[in-house]
Parts: sequence; structure tokens; C-alpha cells
Amino acid sequence: MRKFKDNVLRGLLWFSAFVTVGILLLIVGFIFYKGFRLINLEFIFGDYSPTDGGGIWPMIVTTVYTIVISLVIATPIGILAAVYLQEYAKQGRLVKTIRFATESLTGIPSIIYGLFGAVFFVTTLKLGMSIIAASLTLTIIVLPVVIRTTEESLKTVPQTYREGSLALGTTKLQTLMKVILPSSMPGILSGIILSMGRIVGESAAIFLTAGTVAAMPASIFSSARTLTVHSYLVTQEAGDIELAAAIGIVLIVIILILNFSATFISKKLTKADY
Amino acid sequence: MIQEVKEENVALMKQSERTSKIRVKDLSLFYGDKQALYDVSLTIEEKKVTALIGPSGCGKSTFLRTLNRMNDLIDGVKINGDILIDNEDIYKSNDVIKLRTKVGMVFQKPNLFPMSIYDNVAYGPRAQGIKNKKELNKIVEESLRGAAIWDEVKDRLKSSALGLSGGQQQRVCIARAIAMKPDVILMDEPTSALDPISTLKVEELIAQLKKEYTIVIVTHNMQQAARVSDKTAFFLSGEIVEYDVTNNVFSNPKDQRTEDYVTGRFG
Repeated sequence: MRKFKDNVLRGLLWFSAFVTVGILLLIVGFIFYKGFRLINLEFIFGDYSPTDGGGIWPMIVTTVYTIVISLVIATPIGILAAVYLQEYAKQGRLVKTIRFATESLTGIPSIIYGLFGAVFFVTTLKLGMSIIAASLTLTIIVLPVVIRTTEESLKTVPQTYREGSLALGTTKLQTLMKVILPSSMPGILSGIILSMGRIVGESAAIFLTAGTVAAMPASIFSSARTLTVHSYLVTQEAGDIELAAAIGIVLIVIILILNFSATFISKKLTKADY
Repeated sequence: MIQEVKEENVALMKQSERTSKIRVKDLSLFYGDKQALYDVSLTIEEKKVTALIGPSGCGKSTFLRTLNRMNDLIDGVKINGDILIDNEDIYKSNDVIKLRTKVGMVFQKPNLFPMSIYDNVAYGPRAQGIKNKKELNKIVEESLRGAAIWDEVKDRLKSSALGLSGGQQQRVCIARAIAMKPDVILMDEPTSALDPISTLKVEELIAQLKKEYTIVIVTHNMQQAARVSDKTAFFLSGEIVEYDVTNNVFSNPKDQRTEDYVTGRFG
């Protein structure tokens, strides 16, 4: 009987794992199957052609702009905020409130952030529909993610490291820079990767703040179209699933490249030779 | 005759004045409302090993951690009384950094950082601003030699310290502490996580180290206290019951409670 139960449980676990991986493979497979035919150099690096929707280089550039700008702003602020909450702040009602607020922020639908960005960054700050307005909006979206994941990884640093370092006559800042942050690097990095995913996958908020201009942005103050927005528009306006799938392939490749380079950089930073 | 005795006493007192490194007067400590130490007074002699023994929760580790102000890290700790190290009240001065470079600490479990052996030992000196490579090399070698582990690690200084065995890690922890060139080394049950052979090595090391350092060691192992220490303080419920030359504490205790404890009747 116990053996039977064991087998049933094992079967369930196996089935769940299979379903998860299966769905992922199915989606990726479908996208590749549908879109692969369209992928060629002209499609990726050529100028945008309104007739067939190809030539997505401007959208790739815009997407990379939003990722880089949002992360450059969100990462340092997020890490500093997490360090304050976890290492410096007196654990009391204020910190609890801030934590509750950041947690709630992660659950808000992105269209709300988009509306806020459209009102605040685009109109009030007079940035106009632009890459910078979209990036600032995205910064707000990913900030809670960076803060939460950094906090969690700071929590996993053993208290004995802190004691060991302080007992050697170091200041709190030295302990933080030399021991605590390096050992929580992997967790911080996974937060950054998660954030990249959110930025690349975002469309509603960008649609409302960067607009849909399908041309190479002259600067970060230009209105432009990211890959996801482009994908949405071609499906919505032209009903071209194949084109949308081809854009999906490019998105997946960009995400993979970014993830690998983030891991690579963090290994360099933490001196991964041991 | 009386005159002679008096002179002898004065001489003894002067001698103890000269050799005393740490003097603790009426030390009380509270965790919030809970009192953990009651009027502890104790004089620790220079270049001797002083053992603190007693059952779990008797305050011996708490007492040890007042000597380098590690209790400052805990919220809600309040301390009354004086602790003088080299005649300086360590709670009057605000320079905790200076205190901790002078009073090193080795913890219950090896707590090396996830870095190379070299970087672990050089960690403290680097934090003090020593950057010169030659100087650092010298400090690292001297410290590892001082902790009797140089021969075991000299070929792998650049590899991770966490790859060493527990006993080796603990000796590198000691090397890391002596790299700061402290006067005093505090040890909080340094062998409780080690096997008997590693324990023996650490005990041999303590016997070596006392030539240069004042050592205060907390241990729950009475044989260890008897083996390594010159003087022993017996703590019970936050008070010192007896403090004397180690031999006396173990073979000729004055207090009944000490006798009960060292003969294994409780604890």
C-alpha cells in the first residue's frame, strides 16, 4: 500500500513537471513553427516597411533602450532601498508599512502604471510620448521586484558573516560592501533578470507612454515602438499571426542573450574562480 | 611580622595590577527586561588563558561578548558597570572599531567568508587600509603560521576557504583574528563543532598562543577548561560563583555549587 502511494505521488510529480515543460515547449515550438519562415536579415536589420510589417530594427533598438534605461535607474535605487530596509532600518511599523507597500505594488496591473506614467511623466513633466517616459514608468514597475528579491537574498546571508566581519574591526559599510553584497549577488542578479523579463514583456504601459511611432528613435526623447507593442499592433491591425510569431522569436532570443550576459557579468563581479 | 605580611600583600597587589589586562567591575546586562548578568566582577590576567565555564544559559557567552561589544548588535541590550581593558573603559569610548581590532574573536562555528583563504586572512588588515602586497603577504603568512595551519594551506591560498575541513577552517578563523595583531583573543566555544582530533589541534594552538595573547575562552567542556586554562571562572545564572586558579576550581572548589558542577552532578 505504501509502495502504491509512493508510486502515485511520483506519477503526479512527474506529470506536473511534464505538463509545465510541455506547455513551454509547445508555445516556443508554435512560435518558431509559425514565425521562422519570416526570419531573415532583411526582416531584422532592414528599414521598417509599413506594407509587410518587416524591418524591425527600430523596435529592437527601442526595446533595448527601455531595458537599459529602466535597469540603470531601478537597480541602484532598488538595491539601496533593500539594503536600508534589511540592514539599517530599525525593524518597526514604518518598515513593515514600506514592505507591505512594495509587495502591493508588485500586484498592480501594468495598465494602471501606464495611466500614471501617461499623466505624470508624459504630461506633467512634459516628457511627451517618449522612450524616457516609458523607461521611467517601467522603472516604477520593476522597482518593487528589485527591492523584494534583493531583500530576500540579503536575508539569506548568514548572521555569522556579519558578526565575523564586524568582530574584525570593520565598519558596517565595509561589512556590507565586502561580505554581505558579494554573497547576496546571485539573488540580486535573479531579481535583475526577472525585471528584464517584466520590461521586455510589458506592452500596455509602454503603449501609453512611448506611443507607437514605427521609426528609428532619434533620441530617448522620441516616441517609438517596442517589439511587444509592434507585435500587438500587427496582430490587432493586420491579423498577421506569422509576423507576430517572428517578432516573438526575436524577443526570446533577446531575453536569452540578456540573461546569459547578466550571469556572465555577475560571475566576473564575484570572481567566480572559486 | 604584620608589617611583613602587609608588604607582601602590597607587592602581590602591585603585581596583579601590572599583569591584569581586563578588569570588570559590577557588570550587569539586560536583554530588554530580562537580566542576564548580575554584578559580575573579574580581573583577567595578561598572557594567560582564562576559561569561563557553566551550564547553558548561565551568561558566559553573553559576558564574553561584552568584552568586544558584540552585544551592541542586538537591539535592546542595556549594560551597567565598567569594563577596563588596559585601564581604558571600553564603554566610555565610542571607538568600537579600535576596540575590536584590539580584542579579536573566534566564534562557535567556523565563519570564514566565501572568499579565498588568503582573502579571508587579509580581510581585517585590508579593512584597516593596508594595501601593500608585500606587507599583506607577510601578514597572511605570519598569521597562518601563528595558527599552525600554514603548512596545510600554503599551496592553496588562492582557493576557496570553504573547501577546508571544519577543523582547518576554525584554525584559519584564528589566523584571521591574529592577523589584526590583537592583544586579546576571545573564543566562544571554539571547538564545539569540531571532531576530537581537530579539537586537540586547536587546544595545542591555544597553549602556543598564550605566549603572545591574552585568551578568554568559553567552553562547556570541563576537561578542556582543565587542559588549556590558567584560571577558571564558574558562571551560574548570570553570576560568578567562583573564580580561581584552574587547579583549585577543579580539585579544591570552595563553593558547593562549583563542586557539584565540576563533578558532573548537574549541567
